[in-house]
Amino acid sequence: MSLAHDDHLDAPTLTGPGPSLAGVEDFVALLKPRVMSLVIFTALVGLVAAPGGLHPVLGAIALLCVAVGAGASGALNMWWDADIDAVMTRTQNRPIPAGRVAPGEALGFGLLLSGVSVMLLGLATNWLAGGLLAFTIFFYVVVYTMWLKRWTPQNIVIGGLAGALPPMIGWAAATGTVGLESATLVAIIFMWTPPHFWALALIKSEDYARAGVPMLPVVAGEDETRKQILLYSIALAPLGVLPAGIGLGGWAYLALSSVAGLAFVGFAWRVYRQREGAPARRAAGKLFAYSLFYLTALFATILIEKSLGVAALTAPFDGWV
Amino acid sequence: MMAEEDGVRLTTEQQRQRRRRNVAIAWALGALVVLFWLVTIFKLGGNVLNRPL
Repeated sequence: MSLAHDDHLDAPTLTGPGPSLAGVEDFVALLKPRVMSLVIFTALVGLVAAPGGLHPVLGAIALLCVAVGAGASGALNMWWDADIDAVMTRTQNRPIPAGRVAPGEALGFGLLLSGVSVMLLGLATNWLAGGLLAFTIFFYVVVYTMWLKRWTPQNIVIGGLAGALPPMIGWAAATGTVGLESATLVAIIFMWTPPHFWALALIKSEDYARAGVPMLPVVAGEDETRKQILLYSIALAPLGVLPAGIGLGGWAYLALSSVAGLAFVGFAWRVYRQREGAPARRAAGKLFAYSLFYLTALFATILIEKSLGVAALTAPFDGWV
Repeated sequence: MMAEEDGVRLTTEQQRQRRRRNVAIAWALGALVVLFWLVTIFKLGGNVLNRPL
């Protein structure tokens, strides 16, 4: 099923051959800086939470590589998705559909940055981290963007793995291994992604329908989406507390993640109950905003506790992994 | 002169944007040189001075 190709836009909106009018800021926009900021933050938490220590300069370079790799994924995503970006109000002013950057320019830009970021990360830290970054870019661009996004309403569930991997890359950069701890951080983001994006999809479902993207509200209906949001939120809340049980978080983390998890379920419950008109849209908007706060708060607490040298609660799995 | 007339003529705006892109590329290449230098120095650490005479 490739819904978007059925109403694929004709070329006129895309820049053809000829002198480019692209500004530097257009190439920066191709990197999706807002998405990049969350990726840098979660990778930083993985890097700092990891035992041992990477030299701060090499750590900073590793973060830069993760950021550039994430930006490269964004550019390649915009190259492939220019046709559907052009028909969605949220994305139609992006550089390619707006005609400021030619598709080929974005493709070259994305491929170049992908190669540079993976090579530099491998050289600066280790090739496990470099390999994980390469896999993340591949997963986001090929598995999510090219395959899942236009094919199945489970697109963001599976594709969410790409956005979840940065803490593991940070951890691998510092330790040369992937442990249960970094896998737990990945699992939290993985489980957080569906309710986060489906809350947005509830608000923007007309946009996705027009673009032919089979987001869950478009394919299965809004009621089913509300149910799925609630189920994923109920699964996320205990998962969010887990770092306190595996030596990643202290008392502050335990308290905050418990309260924040319950609040997450509370917001999801309101989305489930409010199904009509403006209150329904408001509930979805609040969940979307709260989900951003939730993830940031959890990861920031791990970062702060680790920076302040606060002892983690217990580490019952020490020696297992 | 003929070649100039037959070729693509950039508008002032296109020339300005091209110059800005070129400057950005120059900065990026310079940054890459510095990054590789930093990686070399900090990966080698104290061994940077350890070389046979």
